[in-house]
Amino acid sequence: MRTGVFHENFASEERLWDSPTSRTWMAAFVLSLFTLPLWGSDYVLAMACIVGIHVIAALGLNLTTGNAGLISLSHGAFIGVGCYTVAWLGKQGVPFYIALPVAGFVAAFLGVIVGLPSLRVKGLYLAIATLAAHFILSFAFREWDAVTGGVSGTSIPRANLFGFELVGDRRNFYLIFVCAFAMAVAARNLARTHIGRAFVAVRDRDISAEILGVHLLRTKLTAFAIGAFYAGVAGGLLGYFYGSITPDYFVLTLSVFYLAAVIVGGLGTVLGSVLGAVFMTFVPEGLRLLASVSSQAFPGVAGLLLPMGQVVFGLLIIVFLIFEPHGLAAIWARVRRSFHLWPFKT
Amino acid sequence: MSTAGTSLSQSAASGGLALSVEGVDLRFGGIHALRGVSFAAAPGQVTAVIGPNGAGKTSVFNTISGFYRPAAGRILLGDEDITHTPVHARAGRGLARTFQNIALFRGLTVLENVKLGGHHTMQAGVFSALVYGRAAREEELRLRAEVERKVIDFLEIDHVRHLSVDVLPYGLQKRVELARALAMRPRVLLLDEPVAGMNREETEDMARFILDVQEEWGVTVLLVEHDMGMVMDISSHVVVLNFGQVIASGTPAEVRRHPQVIEAYLGAESEALA
Amino acid sequence: MSEFLEYSLLGLLSGGVMALIALSFVLIYKGTGVVNFAVGEVMMLGAYIYYAGAVTFGLPPWVAFALALAVIGVLAIAIERAVLRPLSGQPAVAVLMATIGMASIVHGGVEAVWGGDTLSPPTLLPRTPLLLGEVLIPGTVLGNFAVAAVLIGGFLAFFRYSKTGIALRATASDPVTAATLGININYAQRLTWLLSGLVGTFAGVLIASSAGLSPLLASAALSVFAAIILGGLDSILGAIVASLLIGWVESVSAGYLGGKSRDVVPYVVVLAILVVKPYGMFGTRTIERL
Repeated sequence: MRTGVFHENFASEERLWDSPTSRTWMAAFVLSLFTLPLWGSDYVLAMACIVGIHVIAALGLNLTTGNAGLISLSHGAFIGVGCYTVAWLGKQGVPFYIALPVAGFVAAFLGVIVGLPSLRVKGLYLAIATLAAHFILSFAFREWDAVTGGVSGTSIPRANLFGFELVGDRRNFYLIFVCAFAMAVAARNLARTHIGRAFVAVRDRDISAEILGVHLLRTKLTAFAIGAFYAGVAGGLLGYFYGSITPDYFVLTLSVFYLAAVIVGGLGTVLGSVLGAVFMTFVPEGLRLLASVSSQAFPGVAGLLLPMGQVVFGLLIIVFLIFEPHGLAAIWARVRRSFHLWPFKT
Repeated sequence: MSTAGTSLSQSAASGGLALSVEGVDLRFGGIHALRGVSFAAAPGQVTAVIGPNGAGKTSVFNTISGFYRPAAGRILLGDEDITHTPVHARAGRGLARTFQNIALFRGLTVLENVKLGGHHTMQAGVFSALVYGRAAREEELRLRAEVERKVIDFLEIDHVRHLSVDVLPYGLQKRVELARALAMRPRVLLLDEPVAGMNREETEDMARFILDVQEEWGVTVLLVEHDMGMVMDISSHVVVLNFGQVIASGTPAEVRRHPQVIEAYLGAESEALA
Repeated sequence: MSEFLEYSLLGLLSGGVMALIALSFVLIYKGTGVVNFAVGEVMMLGAYIYYAGAVTFGLPPWVAFALALAVIGVLAIAIERAVLRPLSGQPAVAVLMATIGMASIVHGGVEAVWGGDTLSPPTLLPRTPLLLGEVLIPGTVLGNFAVAAVLIGGFLAFFRYSKTGIALRATASDPVTAATLGININYAQRLTWLLSGLVGTFAGVLIASSAGLSPLLASAALSVFAAIILGGLDSILGAIVASLLIGWVESVSAGYLGGKSRDVVPYVVVLAILVVKPYGMFGTRTIERL
């Protein structure tokens, strides 16, 4: 709570940005991102698009796994579902503003199905069940040629706003940015309603939650569905951005990538999803930079890129779990608090 | 019959319901936890269930909550047979409960925990929640106002309401549990060892709160407790369990002198309980 | 008919080795309550160390095998010490994700050091095939099964009858009480990880010497997850029966529906069974205390 901020009614206290200072900061942040295409280089813009997509996917996974405590290893597959849905719909001529939500809903529907075992099993059994679901969906991506183009993949028609084609990073950026911002706000909204609270209750003590009136299955399925919806939208945006995709992209490593993102960022918080996504986007970039810099001295280093990436992901997960289990969001909160309390020590 | 849509004071005006347990039989594999347990908690009164450890008291509560399915017998809330009502639906019928080992949600603040008691009254859908539309917002603010005025002020926990529950001392956590149960708009309140591990002062505070709840809201209170002083002071009816069976019931004075009760607690040939 | 017999037999036999991998997993779960996603990677690493010993350093195969066992044994203990112990207070989710992280590290490390090509380590077992009527069974498959059967039998006896085995089971079911009874739970858990690593190495070397060695070996473990859920996470017997069953299902479906179906059929079966028997065929339903 900042000094000098006094709430006179509950409504103002429940607001997302409850002080003039936080509103100003948020406005500045949004404005600077909004004008990114004007002052950012092509590289920055492309990275911003990728970060945006990762943020949306991470937000979804954080809702399912961070808030509701349901470990999902099928998130990568849901992203694939979104991507292929958008591809197929695009080929039928469906515009993006319909295709994208539809992709989300298709993924959400599958999310509900994948979540059905949570009726009977929980915790680790459920995690492995989501693994099984991932393999089944991967199989479909590889084999269902008519829709997914099979192993050789498919192309995705570019998003089209009444004839204005969203080709190139600048145009895609706005679409991605708007989606990411809206969905982040939606996730924060969820946290301040009874549904968001129910998620945490189910995670912490599900039997007590049930006795308090929380419908367990409905809550768990909602968590899966919303998480998958986010993944589906992220997948759709991915498709519009890259223009073509193969099933190799949607492997188990992708699910692990997002799991790392939400752990590193901070489980259960929207800020954590954002920070984790940003961080994890720049890890492969950093490695790539390192590889190109050191390829003079060590030729053949480029071939090590993928495996080294895996080593780094794994290390990040473990290091953060041991030393900073609440992730970057907790570090951020600590830094902020010391700023607020300055010159007093925390 | 759900109490959603009515305010807390309206529910209070309608008062507590009677709770009847009839011939409940509970088995876990070979273990016969409850045998033919029958008793009634009169509406608007405090009834205590006592007995040595392992007598089956928490099993009775868990059966009433619906967590255990009895092999035989019925549970009646007022006139309604809730034996087959699903667990999560019993909250809407007016059944609230606290837990023996504190079951607060560590990931939420005090205020959020208490608001969760009101979960069964909330009806806004997922979409409304995501966009925080009019329906969700009004419902949330209504819940907030209700919880603050009726429960948080009442139990004097306003100074900690934004704190995470795991930083609170034990006594306050117990009080937050009670607050959460009260936010459920209960007609029948099950309290499982509400003063376990508390010192004298905390016990007296809690006893005062429980009596206030019962008197002001007319809620039926069913209490499991080991603290005999408290039990004898605040309850109007006492049921004694031993080895899964009811061995005595009556007013505190009657039960205190009952030979089987004395034997259960102290062994045969002992002085009467003081 | 003999086709069906051939598929069935091959499936059951390959299920035997799968049972070893499943055993490696169930040991950890039964002994420490940890879901170890790194089972396949540890197994793969064992096979690569064997390869390094036998081919790169030219050691005799049995010595290389012993070396692999030793290295993985040390690694397993190191993992328990460095990763699992610091995380012991945290929820199961965290530990599960830590094992996922470990799997990623090992997988990346192996690929970085040895590359992605398929290698051929020397075999430890005779290659002579067996002819049963009209059915030809490759010697490696039979040999793998035999070794797996001996190991599994040994473990079943160990957990049933030996003092250490019972101590491990006690630690798994209630560490605090086991500790008060004088069982050193740190040693017990470390031993569990050690045994799991050793079993995994056996499986890895057996598979690698018969089917070739590449980073894809780790994904053999993924099909084992189907068996693990089916059998129940904490049942050794369940792991064995389920592995044989899944091995059989995979083989028969590959034979009749085509090779690709082996990727997906086990998972469909598993999910279907989860609906009916959620904790698998032999798993213990967790009792919740309120």
